[in-house]
Amino acid sequence: MTDTLTPAVSHDAHGHDEHHGPSGIIKWLTTTDHKIIGLSYTVTAVMMFVIGGLFAEIIRFQLASPNGNLVSLAQYNELFTMHGSVMIYLFVGPFAFGALANIIVPIQIGAPDMAFPRLNALSYWLYLGGCITMLSGFFTAGGAANFGWVGYAPLSNSLNAPGAGADLWIGGLLLTGFSAIFTGVNLCATVFYLRAPGMTMFRMPIFTWNLLVTAILILLAFPVLTAGLIMLYADRHFGTHIFTNGGGGVPVLWQHIFWFWGHPEVYILALPFFGMVTDIIATFSKKPVFGYKGMIFATLSIAALSLGVWAHHMFTTGVVLLPFFSIMSLLIAVPTGIKMFNWIGTMWRGQVWFSASMLMAMGFLFTFLIGGLTGIYLASPPLDFMTHDTYFVVAHFHSVVMALVFGAMSGLYFWAPKITGYLLNERIGKAQFWFLFIGTQVFTFPLYLLGLYGMPRRMALYPLDPQWQHLNEISTFGAVLIGISTVLFVVNIGVSWKKYPAGDNPWDGHTLEWFTTSPPPHHNFYRLPKIRSERPTWDYNHPEHVALAHGKHEEAAK
Amino acid sequence: MNRLPGFGASPGVTTSSRSVYHLWQGFSVGAVIVGALVIALMLWSFAFHRRKGDAIPAQTQYHLPLEIIYTVIPILIVIGLFAATLVVENREVANPKTDVNIDVNAFQWGWEFLYPGHNAVVFGQTTQTPVMVMPSNENVHIQLTATDVIHGFYVHDFNFSRYALPGVYNDFTFRAVKNGTFFGQCTQLCGMYHSLMYFRVKVVSPAAYQAWLNSFNNAKAAKAAQAAMSALNQQLSTDVATKPAYGG
Repeated sequence: MTDTLTPAVSHDAHGHDEHHGPSGIIKWLTTTDHKIIGLSYTVTAVMMFVIGGLFAEIIRFQLASPNGNLVSLAQYNELFTMHGSVMIYLFVGPFAFGALANIIVPIQIGAPDMAFPRLNALSYWLYLGGCITMLSGFFTAGGAANFGWVGYAPLSNSLNAPGAGADLWIGGLLLTGFSAIFTGVNLCATVFYLRAPGMTMFRMPIFTWNLLVTAILILLAFPVLTAGLIMLYADRHFGTHIFTNGGGGVPVLWQHIFWFWGHPEVYILALPFFGMVTDIIATFSKKPVFGYKGMIFATLSIAALSLGVWAHHMFTTGVVLLPFFSIMSLLIAVPTGIKMFNWIGTMWRGQVWFSASMLMAMGFLFTFLIGGLTGIYLASPPLDFMTHDTYFVVAHFHSVVMALVFGAMSGLYFWAPKITGYLLNERIGKAQFWFLFIGTQVFTFPLYLLGLYGMPRRMALYPLDPQWQHLNEISTFGAVLIGISTVLFVVNIGVSWKKYPAGDNPWDGHTLEWFTTSPPPHHNFYRLPKIRSERPTWDYNHPEHVALAHGKHEEAAK
Repeated sequence: MNRLPGFGASPGVTTSSRSVYHLWQGFSVGAVIVGALVIALMLWSFAFHRRKGDAIPAQTQYHLPLEIIYTVIPILIVIGLFAATLVVENREVANPKTDVNIDVNAFQWGWEFLYPGHNAVVFGQTTQTPVMVMPSNENVHIQLTATDVIHGFYVHDFNFSRYALPGVYNDFTFRAVKNGTFFGQCTQLCGMYHSLMYFRVKVVSPAAYQAWLNSFNNAKAAKAAQAAMSALNQQLSTDVATKPAYGG
């Protein structure tokens, strides 16, 4: 088992300078290397997380008292609009399928780069352009977009949102949307055409599988959003009446188009992190992914169902068929539950090692459990009528999205060696985990109660009610703890800068990225092991410990 | 069901708000049981399967019977939740015939309550907090629309909200079982003064409701009601109002 495939290019030939090319800023501007593009994505997306987080802190401080006067009514509308937009459009998605996917997916399948390296570079520059375009709304006379991250018509038409900020929001979203579509094309082509010899579809790591499914969802959903945005722009500037009532248009049509993108989008955001923690939990439990094939079928059925649930965001419009969208939404709980039990099954009777990365993955599991269970309520139309547009919904999707933040942090601590060659400081990482974990729960639990007590979302001011105020104060305290955890992360990058050399395989990893060097060479591999399962690196290092079904170990021992 | 805790929700004051509350309790019992089971399994593996050395554990990857169990049981739970949902939902969205009708019009930033066939008109912007008067123990049919952007008609004690959509008439029916004044608010972002778009619902006895309606029986109120009605109709006719496709 120790022999490897003959390397295409020998190590010695590559030993000196493997890649002659520009350095410094010219290298960054002209690169088509997926690892450098992925790093640019990572840095940009984390900056967006910090900016969106600052907006969140301002919102929470405004709400710490009923008559908060930190910001005006108009500024408040801009802030929560841009908080949601930055976090969803510019942080979570691009971080998931632009940053870590870009760096890790080609390496996990033994490929030298993405299938279309120049298209990949274009994706990044479109994304960066989109970030700058959307945020530049704050520097216009009318301020940034102020109609919520969902941009419901007719509030987003030229009458109600006349400023340039709204156009910059549409433009920024179009640019990031195209960036996502190109990344989707690239990921599909890479996974279908660039897998190493022996890497069959059912030997791909779960992370790569989930990114493939994500890429397919991107290709199905994002063009719809792009079309909708062009229609919205035409309504604003070219005198069409697609979403305006007066000329025979239908405002609710925008909601259909938006959520036909928006619900698959939830899984476009979540699936990459599901895949990430799956691989991380398996590695830190020293066990194979429990129910590997079940996991893949669960991902595929989540993706299929997610295309038929969009109107559960529209139950209270009174113009959608309630039972259909209700049962489709409820059914998503089944494959999601399978994943949850598979994660626990992976840890079961393992050797669970609580590194900072694994702790973050556990934070994901717990927070996602809360977000998932409260999502089941919202799939039931009567319960949605009861809680729609209250803080209960806000709390639900913040539990879900904060779970993805845990996933992002887990991935960064796990894969830092493959990005930089160095590990992050574990002690600071664990402190960051506890601030983030306690902060997230202290932040969301009061919001669930506020929603049930009747507080609507998107309100700069609220009635003088001591109970509401106390709950808001507690939630703001939680938001401060989350802020501290983010500061600790930035501190950790500074403290760990080129300090803890990682070696090729610090965690005894399973998949191909742990077979190559840290960081990997220009085209990722000097040599590849034989690929005979979804854990080629593990098989190479532990040839006697192959994965088996329950009860088969005794037979194997005989 | 009355012995169960409310899990943060409250029963409210209408017949459907109470069945929604019971549905909420049912969902919560399920969520607590499933959540507790999952957390217990997680904590168990944290406590007892924590790393103790460098030994490599058994590399178990599949356990088909177990995987089938945790696929089939959630499907059964989902079917149960869906059945309960359908029962409550069908009751809640039914519109039985009634003589009490209120037309509600939401606008930036206030509410207008018209009583077809009567002179009563209630109109108020933001902090003026208009009051919708309705009788208890009678079915009250509401026809909801908006004249500019989308608003949300939400009464916490009714456990109910519905969008006020420009160009669409949304119909629903309440039957309040308790007199009192209840807080209502716009829940769908509608612009600058969204957070001040309040209203109240005042539920009174049928006799008091009739007396309140009769107080508008004078020439001045009749003229005002006519003006309000024709102004609203003119606004809506330019909006090409339609009935919803699904009668919610």
